[in-house]
Parts: sequence; C-alpha cells; structure tokens
Amino acid sequence: MAQNEVKYKVVVVGGSAGSLDSMLRIISTADINSGIVYIIIIHRKNDTDSVLTGLFSSRTKLKVKEVEDKDYILPGHVYIAPPDYHLLVEDENTFSLDASEKIYFSRPSIDVTFESVAEVFGAAVIGILLSGANADGTTGLSRIQQAGGFTIVQDPESAEVDYMPRQAIDKLKPDAIKAADEIANFLNQIISPSKND
Amino acid sequence: MEFNIVKDNEIELLVHSLSELYGYDFTNYARASLKRRINRLLTVDRIPSFAELFYRVKNEEDYLTHVVEELTVNVTEMFRDPLVFKFIREKILPVLATHPFIRIWHAGCATGEEVYSTAILLDEANLLHKSLIYATDINPSVIENIKRGIFSLNNLKQYSENYILSGGKKDFSGYYTAKYDFAKFDHRLKSKMVTATHNLVSDRSFNEFQLIFCRNVLIYFDKILQDKVLTLFDESLEKLGFLVLGSKENLRFSKVADKFMQLDKEKVWRKMK
Repeated sequence: MAQNEVKYKVVVVGGSAGSLDSMLRIISTADINSGIVYIIIIHRKNDTDSVLTGLFSSRTKLKVKEVEDKDYILPGHVYIAPPDYHLLVEDENTFSLDASEKIYFSRPSIDVTFESVAEVFGAAVIGILLSGANADGTTGLSRIQQAGGFTIVQDPESAEVDYMPRQAIDKLKPDAIKAADEIANFLNQIISPSKND
Repeated sequence: MEFNIVKDNEIELLVHSLSELYGYDFTNYARASLKRRINRLLTVDRIPSFAELFYRVKNEEDYLTHVVEELTVNVTEMFRDPLVFKFIREKILPVLATHPFIRIWHAGCATGEEVYSTAILLDEANLLHKSLIYATDINPSVIENIKRGIFSLNNLKQYSENYILSGGKKDFSGYYTAKYDFAKFDHRLKSKMVTATHNLVSDRSFNEFQLIFCRNVLIYFDKILQDKVLTLFDESLEKLGFLVLGSKENLRFSKVADKFMQLDKEKVWRKMK
C-alpha cells in the first residue's frame, strides 16, 4: 500500500453563488474507487424540486444522495446537504440534520458542516471553499485546518463571486489556492499521489 | 460565532445533571446538534466557560427554564414547506371531513406558527368548527405565545408567500391585524386550540388523533429516542390516521415503520394497522 493512500476519508466542499460548475467538475473527475466520501454544501433556496441531485448524478458513477436525517455515511458516495437544514455528522457513520437558526442568512451553512466534519474526522478531511458572496465557510475551514485536515480555497481571481474565498485567504493560510479549473485535478493528486503523478 | 467548544465529557455532565436535578432527560438527544446548542448558549449568554454554565445549572433553579429553552430548537414558520400543506389541503382534509369530530396534535409546536397554519387550512375547508387542535411543547413559555396569537411582522411576507404556495386563495392579511411590529391573528383561529406542556421523552400518550404533526423535532433525537417517540405517535393515532414529519425525516429505523404507508413522495404516512 502506497503512502497516503488511505489517509483521507472525507472531501467536503462548500460554495455559494458561482460555485456549481466547480463542484460538478470536482465530482465528475472523482475517482470512483477511492472509497472517499464527498459532502457538498451549496447555499440554496428552499425549493422542493431537487435539480441538484440529478445534475450531480449525471456526472459520476458514484452514488449521489441528498441527505435525510440519520442517513449512513457510506464510502464512495456523494452527499448533498438538503435545502433548509444544517448538515451535521454524529460520528463517522451517521449524518444528522438541524433546522435551527440560519448562519450568515444561510441554511445549510458551510461553517456548520465544516466544523462538524472537522470534529469527527479530524486530519482525514480535505476541505474546499469556492465562490460565494458571504463569509460563510471561513471559520469552518479554519477548524478543518486546526484539526490537521487539508484546506483548499478557490483562487479569488478565478471565482465568479470572490468574497467567500477572499475571506478565507485573509483569515487563514490555506494549504492550497487553486483556480477553478485546477481544483479537480489537484484534489486527485492529494488523494492518491502515487496514481496521479 | 461560537467561541467556546464544549467537550464531549462536559456534555454528558450537563445531561446527567439536567436529568438528576430537574428530570429533563437529554440522554438520547442527538449529540451533534445538542453540542451546537450548548455552544450557542455559552456564546449568547456570554458565559466564559462550561464550568460556569454547569455551576449555574446546579445552583440556580430559575436559570433552568432558560437552559431548556435554549437547548431545544424553537425555530418555526407558517406553512413551512408549503407543498406539504397543499397536499394536506387536497388529500387529507377531505378524509378528515368525513369524521364527526376532528382531533389534531402538533407535537413540539414551539411558538405555534404551524398550529395557526393548520387552523387556517381547517377554516378555509369549513372544518374548524368541528375540530380541536392540541398544541404541545416541552417549553411552557413558547406555548404561551399560541394563546396570544402574536407573531413578528418581519416574517409575514414569507408566510404570505408560503400561504399562496400552499393553495391559499384568500387575502392572507385578512387573518391578522398589524400593530407596531406585530401581527395579531384572528382570535377565531385559536378558539379551537388546546395548549399544554408535554415532554416527548417522558410523557405518555394522552388522546387519540386523526392527524399528528411532528416536523423537525425528531432530527434532534437519536434513533433510540426517535423509535420511542414514533411508538408514542402510533399509540396516539387512530387507525388510518395521518402522521406528518419534516421534509428530510422518515420512519424507517423505527419498529412501527411497517404499520405505516407513505403517501406519494410526501413526508406523510398513514397508519394502516
């Protein structure tokens, strides 16, 4: 077994306005055999029709699911935070939901999931923060960093809305700052360095 | 932002004390959200350390009510997930209409926005006069608000939009009078409401209903407690009665699951046996 091959268990990606394309690209290039769990938090209105799940499904052979309360966290899956709930992890095997106050006017909040994942998975996390118009995600990404996880922020120059990534870069020194079209491949390099050199 | 991260063993200490001293059993509350609530309490009340919170809980009985209010989530809105209310309007009310008397229970109703939504639905279906809506919550103070029927004007625009999406055809503002920053709802709506404190963890079934709402309460419980509460609901539902949960909740881990049939793709189940 090569070094680092089983180091990361979770990739958690947060974004708001302008982040969807990057998210789809990350998922479409994700290795389907790595066993990694992908968790997606996108700021979204409370719409009943989930177009998102279909969009992601069409780009990957990984199983894509919008999370329901107490769903299992299974390897090789892509989980999407449902609209109007905060997404938490209870332990390494179980999600839970929270319908409490919005954070930065957002529910789901990126901070909430990032913090929860950092607490449970610690250094086995890769956190990615993308384009968006508010400061949600910075504190959470910082927690991932403190827990020993790897942090990536989208290069503000390449972001459709640069506020969110700029906040993060100001407040913490992420392990990597990458342009939108570089993140997906860079991520694969970190996950399996032996395979993707 | 939360500045104090409470530790797991501290949570257990608090849970133990709340149970031992005051009989509030948070043992089977889901830990991730409970931890968030405790951290939030420390921040909002500017308590510098868990030790100080613990001290206050043990020594100030008056502080307890506040703690319980903060540990439980009371966020609610009128006609939340409007399409569920539309479904209720179109598919469930006609069934309830066949009963001589309608009994509905809102379990964990917080400040009552959802209860008023149901009252409006019943009123528009001409069923309010033969209905009784039981509204219960663990917190006595939030249910006080139901009797007042007063809600902040800030939210009315959202509620009005929700109302329309739920199939409401009337002028929503006809249901309340605006005063200062508040909307006071038509007293006719509350005439058919019965309020009481009820703790889903410890209290028993107290009646049989044709419709039970418990939306976004179970998410704060672990699977063991969810099962216990769903069993309580099973005991409190007439056969062929309806159970309405939150949009991302479900029954599947409960042992009563096979007694219920889900309707369409909605989070509405009917008790079949």
